[in-house]
Amino acid sequence: MIRYALGRLTSLIISLFVASLVIFAVIEVIPGDPAAFMLGVNARPDTIAALRAEMGLDQSLVTRYFDWVTGLLRGDFGQSWTYKTPVAELIADRIWVSLPLASYALILSTLIAFPAGIYAASRRGGPGDITIMGATQLGVAIPNFWFAMILVLIFAINLRWFSAGGFPGWSDPLLAIKSLTLPAIALALPQAAILARVMRSSLLDMLGEDFIRTARAKGLSRRQALWRHAVRNALIPVLTIIGLQFSFLLAGGIIIEQVFFLPGLGRLIFQSISARDLIVVESVVMLLVFTVIIVNFAVDLAYAVVDPRLRAKT
Amino acid sequence: MSRNLIIGAVLSLFFLVLAALSFVWTPYDIEALDIPNKLHGPGGANPLGTDHFGRDILSMIMMGARTSIAVALVAVSIGMALGIPLGLLAAARHGSLLDELIMRGNDLVFAFPSLVIAILITAVFGASAVNAIIAIGIFNIPVFARLTRGAALPLWERDFILAARVCGKSAARISVEHILPNITNLMIVQGTIQFSLGILAEAALSYIGLGAQPPTASWGRMLADAQTLVSIAPHTALVPGFAILLMVLGLNLLGDGLRDWLDPRIRVARV
Repeated sequence: MIRYALGRLTSLIISLFVASLVIFAVIEVIPGDPAAFMLGVNARPDTIAALRAEMGLDQSLVTRYFDWVTGLLRGDFGQSWTYKTPVAELIADRIWVSLPLASYALILSTLIAFPAGIYAASRRGGPGDITIMGATQLGVAIPNFWFAMILVLIFAINLRWFSAGGFPGWSDPLLAIKSLTLPAIALALPQAAILARVMRSSLLDMLGEDFIRTARAKGLSRRQALWRHAVRNALIPVLTIIGLQFSFLLAGGIIIEQVFFLPGLGRLIFQSISARDLIVVESVVMLLVFTVIIVNFAVDLAYAVVDPRLRAKT
Repeated sequence: MSRNLIIGAVLSLFFLVLAALSFVWTPYDIEALDIPNKLHGPGGANPLGTDHFGRDILSMIMMGARTSIAVALVAVSIGMALGIPLGLLAAARHGSLLDELIMRGNDLVFAFPSLVIAILITAVFGASAVNAIIAIGIFNIPVFARLTRGAALPLWERDFILAARVCGKSAARISVEHILPNITNLMIVQGTIQFSLGILAEAALSYIGLGAQPPTASWGRMLADAQTLVSIAPHTALVPGFAILLMVLGLNLLGDGLRDWLDPRIRVARV
């Protein structure tokens, strides 16, 4: 297990290093002169020169990359050009919207998908299975930002149960959770559809296994065999998908934040793109990619913990 | 043929025909503004209603279908054109440093969701349909590379490949002449699925302003415009949303149907 974990850790470090190189190259090398790019075509040469000095662009690429990465490791993401505040502070403010939103959506997605997938598999071919599978086809095909607009139309504008957008902050946790509910539902639905399908097919594979027949032969009822043996084993691939979905929910939240005017990382990144604040874009993108890589790493390790065959193969 | 295949084919074909028709005819010119006629509900001279500029929504849906299909099609083609050869190469050199490099490269691209790639590209090059194509296309490469490698590896163990090797055929020739024809069905099915994901991604990117720019019609942009109008003119949001939903649903059903139809084992099991 330790050898496997060390192997994955090496792979993780290489992935993070190459990802940081790619992001640095796209943001700081491809535009030519990032200072001139950020200030636009009408900028005066002395303003560009001042920004160049402020951003440290007069140093070599290697030094700049090294400074950026060591800064990231210390939690110093640089200074935002438009906000005139440290990028780390901007991210810290907004992550408390984006992270709870992704987590809330993940919980909802799991709560919907597990019972749906288990019910569909246990009633294979029946009307319940067909209805759930039809609903998941729709769930996978529905654009989540459109679904979000429909939720606003029904629950905010017509029924007035929720606000149509905005975030009141965490001073009143209940109100904060309420304002994240519609966005989380919009984000969770397509993921729940995918998860329910994986749960169903994984459970159907398990129900065909010999150990289920043995359990039934030993006198367990269908329901007992399902819950005691099949569900537990079927969870292994499902947990992998849940892990991967968290990254997608964090990135997907960027779009949903736009629909609900939530002050999260998504809003920050779009405002920064419009203002050509490359320093903020660079850091937020690195943070998102970092999260995806770390989550994948954690999923790999968790998978190896629950499935010893994987450790043996490596 | 399964019900999925028929429904999927009909839905997909419907939008393809709409898009093709838009090259020669649309009920109205989508660039002609008609403010006095704005936000009309469906019916009458405008079967799907008009938007906030009085433009005919049916005509915009037809032109938007063209954008969505073009972006998704080119993005899938990029993914296939680069991903399949990489997957074939990795499988042919299984266990080598090259295989390891290709697979780790795939992992790296997977760490960048297509939205993040689009953000990176747009931050530097600006928003456009072409940049949306590149972003979605890059994301498609590892999908096809992994699938190709996974499907090709067991084929390399088969007797007919051994026979080809004994005949002196090179790994490249075996990959093209024997491996590729055996995985074509799988690629068609995955291509259909990636095509539907491409439609969703294009709509999302256009919605947040990172995809097609005005005056290019796009379903995602129509939804972005409709966001503030949804309470007074719900049809402006409902129509493009249903267009995306039906197109993606059609392609997903087509993919499922094709997989069942093209896989002889499933066909035999059904018979």
